[in-house]
Amino acid sequence: MTALLTTKGLSRHFGGLRAVDNVDFSLEPGEIRAVIGPNGAGKTTFVSLVCGRYAPSSGRIVFDGEDITDMPAHLRVRRGIAYTFQITSVFANLSAYENVALPVQRTLTDGRSRRAVRQSAMEALERVGLASRAHEQAGALAYGHQRLLEVAMGLALKPRLLILDEPTQGLSDSEIENFIALVREIASDATVLLIEHNMQVVMELARRITVFDAGKILAEGSPAEIRANTAVQEAYLGTVQEAGA
Amino acid sequence: MSGDGTTTKVYALHGAVIAVLVALNFVLPEYHHGVLARVLVLAVFAMGYNLLFGYVGLLSLGHAMFFSAGLYGAGLPLYHLGWGVVPAFAGGIGAGFTVSLFIGLLALRTSGVAFMIVTMMFAQVFYLTTLYFGEWTRGDEGLVLQQHTRRIALGSETLDLTNPATRYLMAVALFAATLFATLAIVRSRHGRVLVAIRENEERTKMLGYDTFANKLAAVVTSGVICAAAGAAYALLFGYVGSTFASVQYSILPLLWVLLGGAATTLGPLLGTLFMYYVVDITSGYTSAYMLVVGAMLILLVLWFRKGVLGTVRERWLRWLP
Repeated sequence: MTALLTTKGLSRHFGGLRAVDNVDFSLEPGEIRAVIGPNGAGKTTFVSLVCGRYAPSSGRIVFDGEDITDMPAHLRVRRGIAYTFQITSVFANLSAYENVALPVQRTLTDGRSRRAVRQSAMEALERVGLASRAHEQAGALAYGHQRLLEVAMGLALKPRLLILDEPTQGLSDSEIENFIALVREIASDATVLLIEHNMQVVMELARRITVFDAGKILAEGSPAEIRANTAVQEAYLGTVQEAGA
Repeated sequence: MSGDGTTTKVYALHGAVIAVLVALNFVLPEYHHGVLARVLVLAVFAMGYNLLFGYVGLLSLGHAMFFSAGLYGAGLPLYHLGWGVVPAFAGGIGAGFTVSLFIGLLALRTSGVAFMIVTMMFAQVFYLTTLYFGEWTRGDEGLVLQQHTRRIALGSETLDLTNPATRYLMAVALFAATLFATLAIVRSRHGRVLVAIRENEERTKMLGYDTFANKLAAVVTSGVICAAAGAAYALLFGYVGSTFASVQYSILPLLWVLLGGAATTLGPLLGTLFMYYVVDITSGYTSAYMLVVGAMLILLVLWFRKGVLGTVRERWLRWLP
């Protein structure tokens, strides 16, 4: 199978800091891939390079056979790369529906047709279970619901690659259960790249795990392999074993 | 999302405002008739400003440049080249389009405070240019467009723009056209993207929107509307002078919009009208009328933080566009 996304020698330096350092990465279509690592390991910077929020200092990014290294972010989104923000950034003053209608009206060639927009937007809200709150102001929603709205906005783009940056941060246990089911469902027609600190979520969802440390890939493998990897245990000071046990 | 009931209400309200303005033509005493015509043209200027400031959240301090691009774009060819009213008006709009496209391409590389400063600097350059070419513009003193040049021949009829009633109705027509144009823009797909850019530009980009192109389109639309106001001002009131290019005329539309309510379609009219009369009335009593304006703005910030219509929308009429 050809990879959906590959990076070659990808680096990003902030002054003297090598936030992402010479990363070779490859993602198969249909995969759920988790990216883990200690704080400041360069995970968010790495996915920001992939979706075009930052320009790389060096290296190449190829998406679906096309070199996208120099492509502006909005065109990458149109190619099918969707990014949901780590810090919730829904449009607080607009309703939940309007938040989702924005990505929808761009993806539809017939975006002027109100009915088509409405149908797709409600569909995205239903998938995350927010349909009944469509007319509430986004900023007034509970935090967990705002996280889900963020995901719905990503889904509304009908992405081929959905990048979720710490989506379960701040969610309750029951919300996390629902979230795991949601990601599984999303993965039936999209590739998911998941940055996550919650090891339970990672172990349940990911088929493969990439571990970042100090801007480099420390290890990569199946959940079982990563659990057994001593270098990873050192980087994480045993947290993987505890959570995975 | 607005349902169909809201749409009807919105158009009924805007239609009613236009109807009242037309009706006022027949009842207003002469002095106020002239003032309102002027206010309507300046309100068009404010609406152009509001499109960029209110809906996209870009604070420009250089809109005098767009207004006076229209003013000179219409006035100079009419005065020096003997153009008719209609081509002169088109000339004003063309000048506004060119200037705003050029300024947009350069100034949109910045944002926030830098955008304010860049637009203000460009406007100062424009202002000084109008003074530098004093031979043609007569600078601060300005040009007076002769009565006989401000007529439109329609077959056997002539439309005399110096006639108070004609002038007033032309001002209402321009105002109505701009009002419904802005209403259509802000309710359109593009308008929703503009609001999204105002709320969170980074997020909008990551939804696949080319935010630069959308902002550039907004700068040009705003510039063209302001230029239309400037061109109309020259043709209706027959005066073209550098004062309109000065920084004062960049700040005034900001105040009008803040007063009436940013990001409301009718706020600019309300703000312009209110402020014009406050200055007009108070300057009859005291030369320190700016003191009154200042006090009024402080009260506004205290009780009507979102402007008159912005506050009305927030508290009572949520459907107001």
